[in-house]
Amino acid sequence: MSLESISEGRGKKLNILVCVKQVPDTKIIKVNPKTNTLDRSSAPAILNPYDAHAVQEAVRLKEIHGGKVTVLSMGPPQAKEAIKKCVEIGADEGFLISDRRFAGADTLATSYALYKAVQKLMKQDGGIDLILCGKHAIDGDTGQTGPGIARRLLIPPLTNVIKVAEVNLEDRKIQVHRKIEDGYELIESAIPCLLTVEKEINEVEYSPLPNMLKAARYTPIVWTVDDLEDVDIKQLGLKGSPTIVGKMWPPAKSEGAQILAGDSREQVREAVSIMLQQRELFKVKGGERV
Amino acid sequence: MPEKFDVIVVGAGPAGTSCAYTCAKNGLKVLLIERGEFPGAKNVMGGILYRKQMEEIIPEFWKEAPLERPVVEQRFWFLDKESMVTTSYKALEWGKEPFNNFTVLRAKFDKWFASKAVEQGAVLINETVVLECIVEDGKVVGVRTDRPDGDVYADVVVLADGVNSLLAKSLGFHKEWKPEEVALTVMEVMKLPKKVINERFNVNDDQGVSVEIFGDSTKGALGTAFLYTNKDSLNIGVGTTLSGMIKKKMKPYELLEYVKEHPMIKPYIDGAETEEYLAHLIPEGGYNSVPKLVGDGVIVTGDAAQLVNAIHREGSNMAMTSGRLAAETIMRAKESEDYSERTLDYYRTAIYDSFIGKDLKKYKDATHVFEENPQYFEQYIPLMNRAMGTFFTVDGTPKREKQSKIIKSFTGKNGRLGVAKDLYRAWRVVK
Ligand SMILES: Cc1cc2nc3c(=O)[nH]c(=O)nc-3n(C[C@H](O)[C@H](O)[C@H](O)COP(=O)(O)OP(=O)(O)OC[C@H]3O[C@@H](n4cnc5c(N)ncnc54)[C@H](O)[C@@H]3O)c2cc1C
Ligand SMILES: Cc1cc2nc3c(=O)[nH]c(=O)nc-3n(C[C@H](O)[C@H](O)[C@H](O)COP(=O)(O)OP(=O)(O)OC[C@H]3O[C@@H](n4cnc5c(N)ncnc54)[C@H](O)[C@@H]3O)c2cc1C
Repeated sequence: MSLESISEGRGKKLNILVCVKQVPDTKIIKVNPKTNTLDRSSAPAILNPYDAHAVQEAVRLKEIHGGKVTVLSMGPPQAKEAIKKCVEIGADEGFLISDRRFAGADTLATSYALYKAVQKLMKQDGGIDLILCGKHAIDGDTGQTGPGIARRLLIPPLTNVIKVAEVNLEDRKIQVHRKIEDGYELIESAIPCLLTVEKEINEVEYSPLPNMLKAARYTPIVWTVDDLEDVDIKQLGLKGSPTIVGKMWPPAKSEGAQILAGDSREQVREAVSIMLQQRELFKVKGGERV
Repeated sequence: MPEKFDVIVVGAGPAGTSCAYTCAKNGLKVLLIERGEFPGAKNVMGGILYRKQMEEIIPEFWKEAPLERPVVEQRFWFLDKESMVTTSYKALEWGKEPFNNFTVLRAKFDKWFASKAVEQGAVLINETVVLECIVEDGKVVGVRTDRPDGDVYADVVVLADGVNSLLAKSLGFHKEWKPEEVALTVMEVMKLPKKVINERFNVNDDQGVSVEIFGDSTKGALGTAFLYTNKDSLNIGVGTTLSGMIKKKMKPYELLEYVKEHPMIKPYIDGAETEEYLAHLIPEGGYNSVPKLVGDGVIVTGDAAQLVNAIHREGSNMAMTSGRLAAETIMRAKESEDYSERTLDYYRTAIYDSFIGKDLKKYKDATHVFEENPQYFEQYIPLMNRAMGTFFTVDGTPKREKQSKIIKSFTGKNGRLGVAKDLYRAWRVVK
């Protein structure tokens, strides 16, 4: 079943689903020096910062086009807090899929589980026009989950979006700016589609008090595996995860870095003169200086 | 349309949460507003939580609350440069139900306590600063927060915003506290393995010790240092009246370094690693500094109302009881739908009739007298040490000769009459 069939013939409103992940605050997290794994208890759990931008963007689009913002997360029961945070930003509703059978999922199994939940949400809400994800999660960092969901739904994934230029509900088209190496590209896609967003897309606003009050009273809806339909248990959790983590280690801290001041021209001049002083940098094979 | 609650409580410390919990439990519609990332995020306390007043709010809370250790021994050290006179009381009974008091880490405790208020139905919002009370026709009718669309209304606003209470101040309930009305305190939480703590303090896993340190720990200024045992960390801190700091030209963190390096104290914290550094004011003006407590539609509780017994380092318990009494007052007012100052004045009476009013009255002149007469902390503690030193050093001097030498050392400077006067005065303020 494709999304298209379900969102067809809907009114001129924009129903948006945002996938959000609760992550440990990696600015604070410690790495256990013995096992080289993340000591998750050492850092508070937060809403993945990119996902906050995704929710903010959904709220902004809803304000323009009308419709509804729903959030979806997979995680342990504590992830309800991340969903409540989204309600503070302005989401209307939130679903958490939480079950031991989801545990240990890699991106393949995560996107499968989320896909199953999306399918159910499409039926419940009568349609989803747009799915938003963060560019990546600050802990797992793969950026694969969004495209994984899109692939399964057979809708286009538009990654690294820095601006939603236009949504045309009549023609069911969207135009976005995608960040590329130097600059951006403007692309058009049919909706429904899935966007993964960069932080530049917006500023996450200081939530208004009524949203705070709503969030404080809000209880996200929790689904287990049994609440989803046609689930292939073998594709869930650890069992459905072919990824093998070989080894983890904190990156070596590089030393001796120097920050150059001045405008870009001065910086380049300074950088070149430093590099010229580093003899080895400009040697050719035979040891001759260039 | 901004929402209206029965009660808005500003500040989710012990005072505010006690009030919110009690109100919510009795079916009132309560909003609890906290500026921190979560309740307790930045709250500071030496760490002694009193069982009695907490139990009046949540019976048998110790079965569930995140507590550190029940205190079974209270030690008092009178410190000189390289000696100290000590006294202590240890009771194993305190280590068993129903306990006497506990060490706590406020970041954990306040968060838990607020979650209990939420369970009772209070609405809690964090990361929101109340900027001012909304006053209409001389009545407080709500609060203005720093958020967009940030006004919210209530029949009664309870100010539990802590020592500085900018809100009570802006209502004209009190002026800026004077330097002698507040103590500036700094403390550190220092990580140390449980086993090492147990050995150093001679306790087992579920027993704790509190140490209050007078004299050289504040370089003779009016104040104390403290050292409390958590499960696997120590709280060490020091504070003096702001005026004391100014007079002695001391910087709080330098004073704490001095305490940590003191040869009598250092062995206890040796090898411990600083996890957190915290600084906070304690209201210590006592009875005479208690501001106006109620107005039309508003009640002031806890530190915001200067409800601290500095001599016995009791603050959190007074905060809790005041929060509870505020809730009871509001419930009474609700019956008649009358939230005027006259009805809410029940709170003021209740405070003065409770142990809070009585204890504050008992010690009403203590801070002032000790502040005006620095000899207590500056001279008598070193003298006490020298007296003990003289008496117990076996050097062939006959004991009677030693005694008269000791008496002379006390009377030398101030004369017999001076000492008698000091003793009498000290007795008067704490009697
Ligand atoms: C090396 C490595 C080892 C790992 N080991 C384990 C392990 O042993 N056990 C374990 O349980 N997990 C493990 N994970 C985590 C798990 O694979 C990922 O958390 C999960 O698959 C999402 O991938 P990601 O974090 O890279 O997210 P990304 O793909 O980077 O996230 C992009 C976006 O996808 C969406 N998204 C991602 N995750 C979710 C979610 N859960 N719910 C809703 N939306 C979501 C968000 O919008 C997010 O911004 C590991 C990850 C990595 C990279
Ligand atoms: C170093 C130190 C050691 C102490 N030791 C002890 C001890 O061992 N035992 C003891 O019983 N007492 C002790 N005290 C005293 C005790 O900490 C206080 O008396 C007690 O915390 C008072 O509680 P409260 O709820 O009135 O205020 P607080 O605990 O200060 O709580 C006030 C709350 O209001 C919030 N707030 C403030 N302004 C606003 C605003 N505008 N908008 C929203 N929120 C706001 C704050 O973030 C805070 O959470 C100690 C104090 C200090 C500083």
